[in-house]
Amino acid sequence: MGIFSVIISFLKIGAFSFGGGYAMLPVIQEEVVNINRWLTESEFIDIVAISQMSPGPISVNVATFVGYIQHGIIGAILATTSVVIVSFFLVTSLASFITKNREVPIIEGIFKGIRPAVIGLISAACISLFTTSIIDIKSFTIAIIILIALFRFKLHPIGAIIFSGFLGIIFYSI
Amino acid sequence: MQEYLKLFIIFFRIGAFTFGGGYAMLAIMQREFVDREQILTESDFLDIAAIAQSLPGPVAVNTSVFVGYKIKGRRGSLVALLGTVLPSLITIMLLATFYYKIKDIETIQLFFKGVRPAIVSLIFLSAIRLSKPIEKTKFNISIVLLSLAGIVILKIHPIFIIIICATIGYLYNRKESKDGDI
Repeated sequence: MGIFSVIISFLKIGAFSFGGGYAMLPVIQEEVVNINRWLTESEFIDIVAISQMSPGPISVNVATFVGYIQHGIIGAILATTSVVIVSFFLVTSLASFITKNREVPIIEGIFKGIRPAVIGLISAACISLFTTSIIDIKSFTIAIIILIALFRFKLHPIGAIIFSGFLGIIFYSI
Repeated sequence: MQEYLKLFIIFFRIGAFTFGGGYAMLAIMQREFVDREQILTESDFLDIAAIAQSLPGPVAVNTSVFVGYKIKGRRGSLVALLGTVLPSLITIMLLATFYYKIKDIETIQLFFKGVRPAIVSLIFLSAIRLSKPIEKTKFNISIVLLSLAGIVILKIHPIFIIIICATIGYLYNRKESKDGDI
């Protein structure tokens, strides 16, 4: 029985949380901690910490974690599938609709407005991450080194992530 | 079959290094699909990022699924989904098992202390690259500034920014084509 409530809960999280990342946290916390009590408050804080050490969207991470500790590997797979399935169908449907109706003036107009807005959204994300991640001279230096590596030396972003991790180890252990 | 396997490997690699959410992933995708494979353009990514942001669900997953669709249709989107999600599925199960043992290993924490500021640089790179295909018209510049101010100063949810800007774009386009008729 329990596995169905895990599935339904993560279907809900996947379908009703917008904006990704930390914007989804309150919705996830409500379902997982307050309503279903699968995790305690402090376990939830732990999983947020785990998320920072593991790749992928935080909602996917929480789904995998809760599914796994409640019902093992099958639980992890089912919960993870539930959290992504709704958006998978929405994205593919919208993608096919847009591809077919690219030239329709309404859609053309909508994209004229949205494209520059996305630049604004990404810049805003950059600013807000700047204020939370650049906290001292060391993190500022790392950001600058990576910026130069990316722009000047065209370092691959994956290489940049690994490089920055080692810079973190070096800088913060002195 | 081999094409799908190749696509899966690319998305798996992207999924394995997506720290810091959907926007951080954009820089990796641009590198793989615009520079290396040359199957998508910068302005494709603008549309993809816009849609990924306006639908529910994790932005990183939405972005991958859309990119997969653009490259290889429905099957491509399924391959993209699997490739993106599997690395985090595997890592979380490993971490869930060993978390209390590794929680306090200082080196790992220091590693991620270094990664966090680098994500800012990655997103900055993406923003610069994505703004290139956008013409520097008054209309475009005002939309960029308005949406930036809307989020940073007025704290409006990104979803509403997208809806508002879509409406403005639609009205502006209609007005322009009307003017063009006369």
